[in-house]
Amino acid sequence: MCGNEALAEAAIVAGCDAYFGYPITPQNEITAYMSERMPQEGRVFVQSESELAAINMVFGAAATGKRAMTSSSSPGISLMQEGISYLAGAELPAVVVNVMRGGPGLGNIAPSQADYFQATRGGGHGDYRTIVLGPSSVQELADCMPLAFDLADQYRMTVMVLADGILGQMMEPVMLDPKPRRQLPPKPWALTGMKDRRQNIVRSLYLADGALEELNNRLMAKYQQIQEHEVLCEEYRVEDAEIVIVAYGIAARIVRAAVDQARDEGIAAGMIRPITLWPFPSNQIGAAAETFRMVLTVEMSCGQMVEDVKLAVAGKCPVLLHGRPGGGVPTDDEVLDRIRQMTIRAGAA
Amino acid sequence: MTTVFKRTPVLKDCPTHYCPGCGHGIAHRLVAEVLDELDIQARTIGIAPVGCAVLAYNYLDVDMIEVAHGRAPAVATGMKRTNPDKIIFSYQGDGDLAAIGTAEIIHAAHRAERITVIFINNAVFGMTGGQMAPTTMLGQVTATTQQGRNPSNGQGYPLQVSEILALLPGTVYVERCALNGVPGIRRTKAAMKHAFQLQMDDAPGLSLVEVLSPCPTYWRMSPAKAMKWIDEQMSQVFPIARLKG
Ligand SMILES: Cc1ncc(C[n+]2csc(CCOP(=O)(O)OP(=O)(O)O)c2C)c(N)n1
Ligand code: SF4
Repeated sequence: MCGNEALAEAAIVAGCDAYFGYPITPQNEITAYMSERMPQEGRVFVQSESELAAINMVFGAAATGKRAMTSSSSPGISLMQEGISYLAGAELPAVVVNVMRGGPGLGNIAPSQADYFQATRGGGHGDYRTIVLGPSSVQELADCMPLAFDLADQYRMTVMVLADGILGQMMEPVMLDPKPRRQLPPKPWALTGMKDRRQNIVRSLYLADGALEELNNRLMAKYQQIQEHEVLCEEYRVEDAEIVIVAYGIAARIVRAAVDQARDEGIAAGMIRPITLWPFPSNQIGAAAETFRMVLTVEMSCGQMVEDVKLAVAGKCPVLLHGRPGGGVPTDDEVLDRIRQMTIRAGAA
Repeated sequence: MTTVFKRTPVLKDCPTHYCPGCGHGIAHRLVAEVLDELDIQARTIGIAPVGCAVLAYNYLDVDMIEVAHGRAPAVATGMKRTNPDKIIFSYQGDGDLAAIGTAEIIHAAHRAERITVIFINNAVFGMTGGQMAPTTMLGQVTATTQQGRNPSNGQGYPLQVSEILALLPGTVYVERCALNGVPGIRRTKAAMKHAFQLQMDDAPGLSLVEVLSPCPTYWRMSPAKAMKWIDEQMSQVFPIARLKG
């Protein structure tokens, strides 16, 4: 199975009731797969007229308490930002998959990590966040789906799965064991018709004096809880590392190979791989940075995650960037070279 | 003594924020009466627009959602597809439905979504201060057509959305009514009732009732004059007619 199909099937196994989407490369396999499989399962598939419509269909289905998702790639995700902001304001659960491609504009269809800012800063208007998962293998991509639906339901918010064109297209074996589930809260807020109860209203307009500030404060409290409890990251050979690389998604696979080669050369290299991009593993990186001599961020953009890494490292050691924008993919040799140069610099310092 | 007139239970007992003589209040009442008479309050979900009627859920006592400007037909699609047993309606103004949300209404109709749309045409953007809407009449003075709407100034012509929608195979019923006096109001209610009844019967497509509705504030007229203006001017360009079904 390619990554796109694996995540689609994983969503079905995770109990996705409805999928709404508009085709865009490099994630077309998801739409095609869902168009076949969802009706087979008696669930809902709609090919929408635009990404704007798709996210609003998700909004409608989610408001009735259903598990709904959409998927797209960068330009389509930009169009969805209005809807994602409304989902945040209305506190509705939703899962959005972004199989990123190069930008800005129509860009290209090559793999990219250039939507990191958009994803981790909310992306649309207003004070809000989305949980962002950055898997780095097809298996992890599939594992992200039940987690994404659970997190969305638990916190009543959008969870974005941030993949890229390589992960989406890559073939790898996958196990689709439904994960042990979280205890999820019921949905008394859902619009189901007011039989046996009073009217439910789903809204994001708060005109009364101070009412919106109250909502914002409630959202911030929720986000803080998520930062405390939901951070996921992998540490690879960092115990005694002097040079540490921070990378996520497909870039982390390349970095892992480079770290192994550096170790073979006797360089004390390691990697920290954020799996949740928001909440970002700032504490983990910050604590570990006490013992590092230098940090390198490798990402497929002009340098976006590097800002979070710098905030986490907080000046404890230098933070460098190896960024490949516009669909460029770093090679392990390239990364190894940077590690060697850093060793020399660190030695001289 | 016998009661000959009372508040319908689907309408909440509270003052509205609408201007005197505004058509939204009448249209709300008609929707409420219809939901009550068809006995579907308990399984209806309403969609409020962005526009003067954004707070419709404060007046209509059914489960309701407030959605982004123009996107109601997409939201309705998501709701109806996942809840075919529920009655889903959107309530939208002419800026909402005929300007920013044109794609969503055309495509919901095109996909034959089994939803009901109440389309309030008051020929202006009320909420933002009376600007030109796609439905603004030629010569009509608005905040953004201060010399009167003039197609030779690039301001276009009144857009007849209902006629366009009636052409699509995905609509089962399209009717234009007007809140311009008792007969018009009765006819509007009958049309709304039919539109909801079709959805209850699972008719294979979208039903829409366009309602020519007074906005005395931004038409700069008295409520009585506004009713007359619908009769004499607006219904010339937007004919009162059963366009489909
Ligand atoms: C994306 C977006 N653009 C613009 C607005 C501002 N806006 C609010 S209501 C409205 C027009 C409403 O007009 P109409 O739909 O005719 O409803 P009415 O107020 O006349 O009932 C506009 C432009 C908005 N809320 N969102
Ligand atoms: S501005 Fe017009 S549409 Fe809005 S409430 Fe007043 S009269 Fe009604």
